[in-house]
Amino acid sequence: MSNRRWLAPLGLLVFLLGWEAVPRLGLVSSLLLPPPSSLPAAFWREISGGWWLTATLDSLGHYSVGLVLGTGIGVALGVAAALWSDLDSFLSWIVRLLRPVPGLAWVPFAIVWFGISEAAATFIIVIGVLWINFYASYGAAKAVDKDLIELAESFGHKGVWRQLLPIVLPASASGILSGVRTGLGQAWMAVVAAELFGIPGLGQRMMQASSLLATDVVVVYMITIAVLYGLTDILFVWLRDRLLSWQR
Amino acid sequence: MATVVDIADLAIGFDNGPPVLASFTASLEARSFTAIVGPSGVGKSTLLRVIAGLLAPRQGTVSTPFEADPTRRPFALVFQEARLLPWRPILGNVLFGLEHLPLSASERRRRALEALELVGLADYAHRWPYQLSGGQRQRVNLARALAVQPALLLLDEPFSALDAITRHTLQGELLRLWQATHTTILFVTHDLDEAVYLADRVIVLGSNGQPGARIIRDFLVPLERPRDRSSVGFSDHVGQVRSALSEIMTNGAGI
Repeated sequence: MSNRRWLAPLGLLVFLLGWEAVPRLGLVSSLLLPPPSSLPAAFWREISGGWWLTATLDSLGHYSVGLVLGTGIGVALGVAAALWSDLDSFLSWIVRLLRPVPGLAWVPFAIVWFGISEAAATFIIVIGVLWINFYASYGAAKAVDKDLIELAESFGHKGVWRQLLPIVLPASASGILSGVRTGLGQAWMAVVAAELFGIPGLGQRMMQASSLLATDVVVVYMITIAVLYGLTDILFVWLRDRLLSWQR
Repeated sequence: MATVVDIADLAIGFDNGPPVLASFTASLEARSFTAIVGPSGVGKSTLLRVIAGLLAPRQGTVSTPFEADPTRRPFALVFQEARLLPWRPILGNVLFGLEHLPLSASERRRRALEALELVGLADYAHRWPYQLSGGQRQRVNLARALAVQPALLLLDEPFSALDAITRHTLQGELLRLWQATHTTILFVTHDLDEAVYLADRVIVLGSNGQPGARIIRDFLVPLERPRDRSSVGFSDHVGQVRSALSEIMTNGAGI
């Protein structure tokens, strides 16, 4: 066990050394594959120029608004469809029709409807996380133990509205939150994709850099996205574990 | 003795299927302890759910002649499994039953703590369900029902999943609570020994060859308390119930 703990950092080190070696040995031009040693300088240029902070804040803004809206709508619709079978039937074909459409396929419409704007980015992100949350919440709320529903009814918690807060939401919280967590990653993909079309943020900055063949800057932003995703995931898991502490 | 619940000609069935219970009529007197025994599948648990108002009967009525007290529930069910809400501490689980009664928050809390006190778990109010043993969870299940001060306490094989030692302890506890709270009890079990040990009256359900169960026998158990399971009188009564049951089983129509 104690030996295995070193395997993860060792793997990363081997990966970085290999990456460094390929352009250094002249196997590939450093323009096509910037070595990791060139990244701190590129990172510093982006920071001191102010671009990095602006782009990161822009992206975080799109990300949080789109994520909150998409997650909220997805969870609310999913739970509602699980609880009211009329709504479930009503939505079933709409869901089948819209769900297979990839989020990015909405980009042309997002631009036509909202222009190259924050709203367009938000829209793409909302679509990107909506279905994951819809299905996770629907499944979790459908799977609530019927014995607990019977318990609620026998003590006067009759009807869906009186069972929603005390039974349905806590009983399905774990499933809902696993959907939200998947959405956290999806939303980062959607944010970058939307910005590649020119909406200000990390994606746009990456496009600018790549058109100037500043590949080291592109890598800086790739790593930025990975780190931001990692941080949101760590924060989310921390919050989730506190929220679900009753699960032991 | 005043009647607490009148159950008149109750028939129960699902959809268009044959009746589960063809006919059930009984009056339960205040402070009485009645046990219902019968082969599995005879509709004992379903009967409790109809009395509790969770299922509608096909025919017949369940009436409660006493004055309705809005701060109490007419019926409370103790389930076979504890059915505790894992996201609530023990006190929160007992409070769950009180949330739709017109009581102040402090009165709810007082009643919940009192019920936990009754089952000997006052010190566990702030623990979580997963920290309790199976027997302790069944005590919480019981406390949750006692807290609503039901006119009739319905118990659905509440001790059947426990080990013999815990079961005997909890049987004794239930008798103590019954005497302390003056509540009326209807107790479903398939354990004849348990029925005779606990109840004043034992109703045997079976199907007697026709579709749907009905009352096969209705005994009184006039044994003095505390009862001695090893006494001759006790074995006699268990024997009577057993022979009533084996009669319907040998008729080939137990279920």
